Amino acid sequence: MDYSQFLAMKQEIALLVVFLLVFLYDTFMPKSTQKALPAFSIILMLLATAAGFCSHCLGSDTTVVAFAGMYETSAVIAAIKGILNIGVVIVLLQSIKWANGESMLMRRGEFYELLLVTLFGMYLMISARHFLVFIIGLESASLPLAAMVALDKNRYESHEAAVKYILTAVFSSAVFMMGLSFVYGLTGSLYFENIYFALTNQLNMLLVIAIAFVISGIGFKLSLVPFHLWTADVYQGAPTSVTSYLSVISKGAAAFAFLVILAQVFGPVYSKVWEWMLYALIILTITVGNLFAIRQRNMKRFLAFSSVSQAGYIMLGVIAMNAMGMAAMMYYILVYIFSNLAAFGVIGAIENATGKVSMDDYRGLYKTNPRLSVAMMLAMFSLAGIPPFAGFFSKFFIFTGAINQGSVAIYVLVLIALINTIISLYYYLLVVKAMFISEEECVIGWFRSSFSERLGLWITVGGILLLGLVSCVYSSLLNLAEVSPMNMYFMS
Amino acid sequence: MFSNILIYFVIIPLLMLAGTGLCRGVRGIRAVAVTGSIALIALSVYLLVDYIGLRAAGDSAPMLYTDSWMWFEPLNIHLAVGVDGISIAMLLLSSIILFTGSFASWNIPQPKEFFLWLILLSTGVFGFFISIDLFTMFMFYEVALIPMYLLIGVWGSGRKNYSAMKLTLMLMGGSAFLMLGLIGIYYHSAPAGHELTWNLLEIAAYDAVPHGWQSFLFPMTFVGFGVLGAMFPFHTWSPDGHASAPTAVSMLHAGVLMKLGGYGCFRVAIYLMPWAAQELAWIFLILTGTSVVYGAFCACVKTDLKYINAYSSVSHCGLVLFAILMLNTTAMTGAIMQMLSHGLMTALFFALIGMIYGRTHTREITQMGGMMQILPYLSVCYVIAGFASLGLPGLSGFVAEMTIFVGSFQAGMADYLGGEGSLRLVFTIIACCSIVITAVYILRVVGKLLLGPVYDDHHRSLTDATWWERLSTATLIIAVAAIGCFPNFFSNLIKTTFTPEIFTVLGM
Repeated sequence: MDYSQFLAMKQEIALLVVFLLVFLYDTFMPKSTQKALPAFSIILMLLATAAGFCSHCLGSDTTVVAFAGMYETSAVIAAIKGILNIGVVIVLLQSIKWANGESMLMRRGEFYELLLVTLFGMYLMISARHFLVFIIGLESASLPLAAMVALDKNRYESHEAAVKYILTAVFSSAVFMMGLSFVYGLTGSLYFENIYFALTNQLNMLLVIAIAFVISGIGFKLSLVPFHLWTADVYQGAPTSVTSYLSVISKGAAAFAFLVILAQVFGPVYSKVWEWMLYALIILTITVGNLFAIRQRNMKRFLAFSSVSQAGYIMLGVIAMNAMGMAAMMYYILVYIFSNLAAFGVIGAIENATGKVSMDDYRGLYKTNPRLSVAMMLAMFSLAGIPPFAGFFSKFFIFTGAINQGSVAIYVLVLIALINTIISLYYYLLVVKAMFISEEECVIGWFRSSFSERLGLWITVGGILLLGLVSCVYSSLLNLAEVSPMNMYFMS
Repeated sequence: MFSNILIYFVIIPLLMLAGTGLCRGVRGIRAVAVTGSIALIALSVYLLVDYIGLRAAGDSAPMLYTDSWMWFEPLNIHLAVGVDGISIAMLLLSSIILFTGSFASWNIPQPKEFFLWLILLSTGVFGFFISIDLFTMFMFYEVALIPMYLLIGVWGSGRKNYSAMKLTLMLMGGSAFLMLGLIGIYYHSAPAGHELTWNLLEIAAYDAVPHGWQSFLFPMTFVGFGVLGAMFPFHTWSPDGHASAPTAVSMLHAGVLMKLGGYGCFRVAIYLMPWAAQELAWIFLILTGTSVVYGAFCACVKTDLKYINAYSSVSHCGLVLFAILMLNTTAMTGAIMQMLSHGLMTALFFALIGMIYGRTHTREITQMGGMMQILPYLSVCYVIAGFASLGLPGLSGFVAEMTIFVGSFQAGMADYLGGEGSLRLVFTIIACCSIVITAVYILRVVGKLLLGPVYDDHHRSLTDATWWERLSTATLIIAVAAIGCFPNFFSNLIKTTFTPEIFTVLGM
């Protein structure tokens, strides 16, 4: 065996090193220094992110297929991992106050370790070119998450959420593997590449069922409608930092892995089998997510349904099946990370200070906490796609990417998505209305949020303001996508 | 980048934003708003003079001062600017209304937030009028829409929550159609072998949008902009929105934002898709013709001053879209004149209504009377605005409506004699009726509100206009009279847009 192949996994190895160091720190450092654990892990993650960025700038992110074709890395894959890393750094930053609180006294380290393990799993999902590797990634990305959801040991909802999450995760894995076994039966291989070529010119009922199973298996992870039923309860029950991690990082990684599987495995039967499935899923996801979000009063449930519909928009980048769609999707994920984390940052700060999570408590917030309200408003505008904030650009590019596919049906799909943005604007404006327009006395008094929370908000708000206007972010992602090896799987 | 004069139309508002953000007291904020808007007026007047000079020197390019800077390279999105006579007229209009609007909100509560949103709105407006790149144009368009929500929601009156939400959602709904239309245009912008482009001038020059796609994309863009132009049946946001909005916002919204709709319909829908504009004009002629008459009738039965004026705006803005669809030079020139005239006149109306409301605390005409005895200055201004609205010669309304109806009649007769049906002719005649109906509702208000005995004795103690109110109204009246007295100057300015190139594009 050629051990130099491990060098291709440099991002995974960096993450593993971070994990080991955090683990050792947690286990062996004296109790008095444990309060520094969050800062320690953030610094390490920052270093890992910076290393990834440097390696990109040095041009060493070449396409490598290692371990007999089971693992692949390329500049695009490195970029999406870098995007996830940035998100993780912000999540960690926002979690400091919660992690150093009373209730987490004995479990502080677990949060960071479990989080890093799930991130490792997501890396594997993205890089896998063999379904066994993919399943290892999928499992290690879901099971520790259930433990993270249950971290608020003293809260009943946290347990409930964890049980719901683990049951749906296991169930969806089972469905996914059922689909895989059909695929294996049809093609005799679990390598992406072999399946791809075996599927050319093949079409039978078993294949349709297999693809439906695979799509629904990942659909659970992405919380696409009708596989979204766990989302709201889990988001509400989980600790806010875990919720924000679930809603952006886990979703972003799953979306990219989904694109890889659909393009590199099931690409040959795109128009015959799964294009229409995805149309239906996208329309359902966006519409149902939006309609359910309207009536939510709990901010975390509200953002849960909003993130369900956002997943539908992310899927528009998948259905495009072209480099523009892929770049737009990555850009969307990046912007979504910043916008959603800004919203969760505000919710977390308010929850940590006052314990309030209901939208009714936000009434008149501008009078007591103007800065938090402005951050929340920018997050809402960005999620709704209002210029000049980043969300507008990401929505515009994902629509442009989808329409690049060119069929009339995609115009209809984009029109439906666009009409849905109006529904989403309505409920995002409800939050703005509660904070800015309502004349009631606010139940949340003035408070000073901690330094880490403020820093997290400054970073996310900065991202919301700049990611769109600074054109090089999207342009460089598109340039990467256009030279990526995945391009040959996209149909012209 | 900074050598181009047009970019300063965005930079000055941005500086004003920064200035307002840094100011502490209300005096500073007022100073920033007034200085900035005076600078903008000066800039647009300079631009106007310079433009006329260039045209006189024989420069016949469709747009002058064009420049473009690459923004999103892979998608060929530029920050492209350029103006012609129409845009310059609109820029001048916007800066005048921003100037008068700042005076009209002299004593607004929470001035800092108010002016921040107001200036953000104007940034969008100015950016929209100078852009010739579809993407940046659309971006500025949406920037201009969203501040309305907070401006009405926080500073409004009456059913402000309902109106603000309705207005925002309907306008953003229009822009959803618009976004699809624009992306569609982009993908069909250039013939095979050329790079796709968002640039208006290039798309018009290629004229490559296939006819089949035009008949899909034209309705998308026309409806998208038409919603903001208060086209029937998408006008319902306008009465509620205007009635709830604070004075300066009503002024800017009716005076400038609704013009974005008409301008966009011309600049994007018709200019880029001339074939569909001819084929599908009949659908929109029926809709806009309806809004002209329907709006006027609605204004006749309303008793709330703001509702009356809002419905009158629906009628007048309907006339703009109606004239644009006639697709001949006279009517189109008239449409642009009507945009100018209506912008100034309706801003004057809303300013006056705000001033009266601020004194009497009612806008119901049944609760007031004999204002001429109590508030002579404001009442005389109101009468002047009313005369402009019903088209008295010497004021702006007459010139605009006259041009429109002459042009429409030409187009209608040409159709009729050419055997292409009499739809245009019939609807021109119907739309002409609106002049009479306008006279009905204007004179009704004048008679009830201003003349006659004093209705409420408490009103006797009211004081007439303050200096800032006089300044703001006088500016608008001078502008209205200027258009009315020197129509040739303005129509020549606009007509230069209809250069030979555009005639070939439009097939006229």
